[in-house]
Amino acid sequence: MRSTAFTEGSGSEMIAGNSAWSKKHLLGMEGLTREEIGVILETASSLREVNHRDIKKVPTLRGKTVINLFFENSTRTRTSFELAGKRMSADVINFSVNASSVSKGESLYDTVANLKAMNPDVVVIRHPESGAPQFLAHHLDAAIVNAGDGRHEHPTQSLLDILTIDDNLLRLGRTEFSGLTVAICGDVLHSRVARSNAWGLATMGARVRFVGPPTLIPPHAAEVFGVEVHHDMESGLAGAEVVMMLRLQTERMQGGFLPSTREYFHYWGLDRRRLAMAAPEAIVMHPGPMNRGVEIASDVADDPERAVILDQVANGLAVRMAVLYRLCGGGRKG
Amino acid sequence: MERRASLTLIRGGRVVDPSRDFDATADLLLEGGRVRAVGRVELPADCEVIEAAGLVVAPGLVDMHVHLREPGYEYKETIAGGLAAAVAGGVTSVAAMPNTRPVTDDPSIVDFVLGRATAAGLANLFPIGAITRGLEGKELTEMGLMKEAGCVAFSDDGRAVVSGSVMRRALEYSRAFSTLIIQHAEDPGLAGCGCMHEGLISTRLGLPGIPAQAESSLVDRDVRLVELTGGRYHVAHISTAGAVAAVARAREAGLPVSCEVTPHHLALTDEAVMGYDTDAKMSPPLRGAGDRAALLEGLARRVITVIATDHAPHDRDSKRVEFCRATNGVIGLETLLPIALELVRDGVLPLKECLAAITCNPAALLGIDRGTLAVGAPADVVLFDPAEVWTVDASRLHGTARNTCFDRRRVMGRVKLTLVGGRPVFREGI
Repeated sequence: MRSTAFTEGSGSEMIAGNSAWSKKHLLGMEGLTREEIGVILETASSLREVNHRDIKKVPTLRGKTVINLFFENSTRTRTSFELAGKRMSADVINFSVNASSVSKGESLYDTVANLKAMNPDVVVIRHPESGAPQFLAHHLDAAIVNAGDGRHEHPTQSLLDILTIDDNLLRLGRTEFSGLTVAICGDVLHSRVARSNAWGLATMGARVRFVGPPTLIPPHAAEVFGVEVHHDMESGLAGAEVVMMLRLQTERMQGGFLPSTREYFHYWGLDRRRLAMAAPEAIVMHPGPMNRGVEIASDVADDPERAVILDQVANGLAVRMAVLYRLCGGGRKG
Repeated sequence: MERRASLTLIRGGRVVDPSRDFDATADLLLEGGRVRAVGRVELPADCEVIEAAGLVVAPGLVDMHVHLREPGYEYKETIAGGLAAAVAGGVTSVAAMPNTRPVTDDPSIVDFVLGRATAAGLANLFPIGAITRGLEGKELTEMGLMKEAGCVAFSDDGRAVVSGSVMRRALEYSRAFSTLIIQHAEDPGLAGCGCMHEGLISTRLGLPGIPAQAESSLVDRDVRLVELTGGRYHVAHISTAGAVAAVARAREAGLPVSCEVTPHHLALTDEAVMGYDTDAKMSPPLRGAGDRAALLEGLARRVITVIATDHAPHDRDSKRVEFCRATNGVIGLETLLPIALELVRDGVLPLKECLAAITCNPAALLGIDRGTLAVGAPADVVLFDPAEVWTVDASRLHGTARNTCFDRRRVMGRVKLTLVGGRPVFREGI
């Protein structure tokens, strides 16, 4: 099923899982079913092949307009969505709004009203405030993709992480997610990636742990997400088959969350010694951009046997192609 | 000018006057803007008659926590607009918070506000003066002169008085004038950049939370300062189990401590924020189910003796933004009565006690001659149908603002007639 070719021509009937996707928007992983996640993974697997062709383009989304609306700098996520749209032949417009122009007075509502006049099919939004994608979904007819909102969710990152783990299940000696132990480590409190993965991985059947200093674990995390919470890396990594490190924003020192990056790395950084506490074949993931020497040691980050960080980037492109495809109605019958 | 009979008889209603522990079918005779008789009244000559069979006849409601946005924020709601909302909700007396622009921290502002209210000719307005100049939490205002100008209490509402020494001096100084100090109890350091209650929902939504202890820790401290000073202290919009417990302990110890709760904190929890609804954003935030249960229990046990709306009108642009950037506050004057009556329906309070919390209890704390149908009292009266079921529709409210958290809620109990000083100022269907 994963090898289904994405042929030139319309091709949409070649993609698996036609019936299980019915959502208009992708706002978060919370509430997605296993089947829906499966549809995106299968679609992404089919589409990966396009990225290895000589001519990396299919006409599937010809005539569709995708707007990338980015209120935060994020070169990698924006380019990933941009390339995804372009490889599917959509018209892609980048709309970057920096904080300064917002402070000059244009409200999100006014920005949205302007977008509405362009009649886009999909709006991809990255925004520093949680809930901004819901705001767009409320005021626009287009399909909305959440490309990261505040500390809330970042569903395409979670989907690409799940796809990357799926690619590595065999080497972890597994055939499915059920029972897989995933340790998400670091600044969980401020991390939309951690939240999306907690929902998504739990839906897939994995056992998720949050590992980090008590000041950087969200209140009531165990109850909300059904995760195990660990405050020391030793117990948090014990037996973990996937170690997902999160970026530490250096401004956290000002907020009084941590005394120093030195102490942080000493207790919660991932180095060889700590990685040895995890399962023998454990893979290391990071959503990027990395702070080498803050949350992860360079030799771990660069270890081709363990780190799958660049695979995540490649899968990100395929997952975003799949999401755009599904939200544009691809594979929907009737 | 409309020519009116000098006598008005409200006939055959269920008169409920908690100030006199009265609840019976009776007639109410009003003359010259005052209550002349309650009971069985022979119809006098030249008397207007209002048939009240099937209706509750109660003292006009007293809301001790209202934000009128004039002066300074007329685009949110004017004094006249706010008072129109009040009388539509059966509220005949409002105590107005001082966080206007300029702040009500000087007798001249008190005069201005009272003049506007008189011109509007709707509900009575009782100004609350600022505790500190400019609400800056530093220098005390001229409480004595402001009380003479008409202030009935003092508060920096919208902000807490954070400094222990300033609160101590405010409680001490206010004793010279026997006036009430109302605290917006939230430790701003602990609240941080939080924009909703810290709990399961804030974690789910990825919104920074405000822990319940931001409120309870400040109430705990203030109760200690009441021990020290003997000042009369009132917690505005109490919202947490911890703060209710602190007030309960203080009252058991005989300290002059009281508190009020809003209808929205009684009726809703932080679940209402799901979907990032900015009309569910206010300060203090909607709390968790455990806190809400403690508020209901606090009312039932008479730890909380007042229900007040914290009516906070806002313009559309202040609310039509990302959740964290939205302004705090919801309106409440027009939904006060039906939401309070849910407490009767749910067995939390009997009707008389429920009405006490929105009539004579706040009037007593403010020291105003309202919230009663005692003979000789001003004829502020509300007639409502306790059984009428209706649906709140934000677009059809009578005030200027639309930011209600009860839009589309099915409620029971509808105001039919509101009289202020014997004069009908709101009438619906009778």
